[in-house]
Amino acid sequence: MRRRYIAVKIESDHPVEERDFYDAVWTSILKLFGEYGASQAELGLIDYSGETNQAILRCSHKALDLVGASIVAVTGIRNEKAVAHILLTSGTLKSLRRKLRSQKTADRGASAL
Amino acid sequence: MPKDWDVSMKFYADLHLCPSLERTDEARELIRKSAELGYDAVGVAFPLRVEQSRIQAVREMCRTCGLDLVTRVDLTPNNPVNLLKSLRNLRRQFEVIAVLCLSKAVARQAAKDRRVDVISFPSTDSRKRFFDSAEAALASEAMVSFGVDMSPLLQLQGFQRSRLLSFLRKETLIARKSQVPIVLSSGAISANLLRKPEDYAFLSYLFGLDFGGAMRGFCENPRTIVERNRKKLSPNYVAPGVYIVRRGEDCHDG
Repeated sequence: MRRRYIAVKIESDHPVEERDFYDAVWTSILKLFGEYGASQAELGLIDYSGETNQAILRCSHKALDLVGASIVAVTGIRNEKAVAHILLTSGTLKSLRRKLRSQKTADRGASAL
Repeated sequence: MPKDWDVSMKFYADLHLCPSLERTDEARELIRKSAELGYDAVGVAFPLRVEQSRIQAVREMCRTCGLDLVTRVDLTPNNPVNLLKSLRNLRRQFEVIAVLCLSKAVARQAAKDRRVDVISFPSTDSRKRFFDSAEAALASEAMVSFGVDMSPLLQLQGFQRSRLLSFLRKETLIARKSQVPIVLSSGAISANLLRKPEDYAFLSYLFGLDFGGAMRGFCENPRTIVERNRKKLSPNYVAPGVYIVRRGEDCHDG
């Protein structure tokens, strides 16, 4: 099965636990697309960093738009206001991580200027 | 990101921010966040009667964040006569004029008037959504864009959101068939309702707009409006296609 990997940045005034973020995305998928849509997403949480508030999610490539829309529609995590931004999408985990690294380097370069 | 979008065209504009201008901190935060999310220009909705000092203050906030301020006014006339009166008074004061259509007569008048840039409809009242094929034909002729605010999609839940999505799906299809430009904007009143243009492009999947179409709604279409209006508001503009290229006594030599 072809898959897509999505890097997500979470913004919240409160610390966000891995489980809470994953639940928020699932809830958003269920709200927007129902159980049938959720069953097509093949969603999985690959990586989560509480320090950087970044996560990597995996989904079926056919459900990329569905999962992307659901991630963006997240407005709260555990009753606290939170926003999830999609940083990157990629077909392989390796290329996603490579792109994330190069983006981070470019950001550092820009801030140094 | 999907490949039907050329990144080199990048000039992202969110033409509808609705900060409370009384609360300077909130307005500043909204503008700062817009810059952080990668926008190049923001359209701030000002009240009909606004002092120049207030516009200058917001322009300064935008300048410190590296953003281009586009002045905007939102009209909600209750009849076509009021709309025409407002357009006469305000067209030369603001760079973008948007009309929130609350009646069919106003919607038709706004769609055929070239002084109007964007028409939009209430998000929560389905009886007041008048964007049909006749409206689209008029809008296409007068180069009026169809405006969609994205924040109601984040704020509304359940039945209201599904009904809004249903209308938006029909309306964007009509707009595309009639070649009416679609302008997407946040319509945000607070920073937590702001998203990146790419995020909104994912969200627009909910009403059937493809990634490229959504990005044009944040980039090409707003830019066309702003450039066109800035040319018209420039002191060198005389009439459509006629501009002053040189002033002074020696202009006949040029």
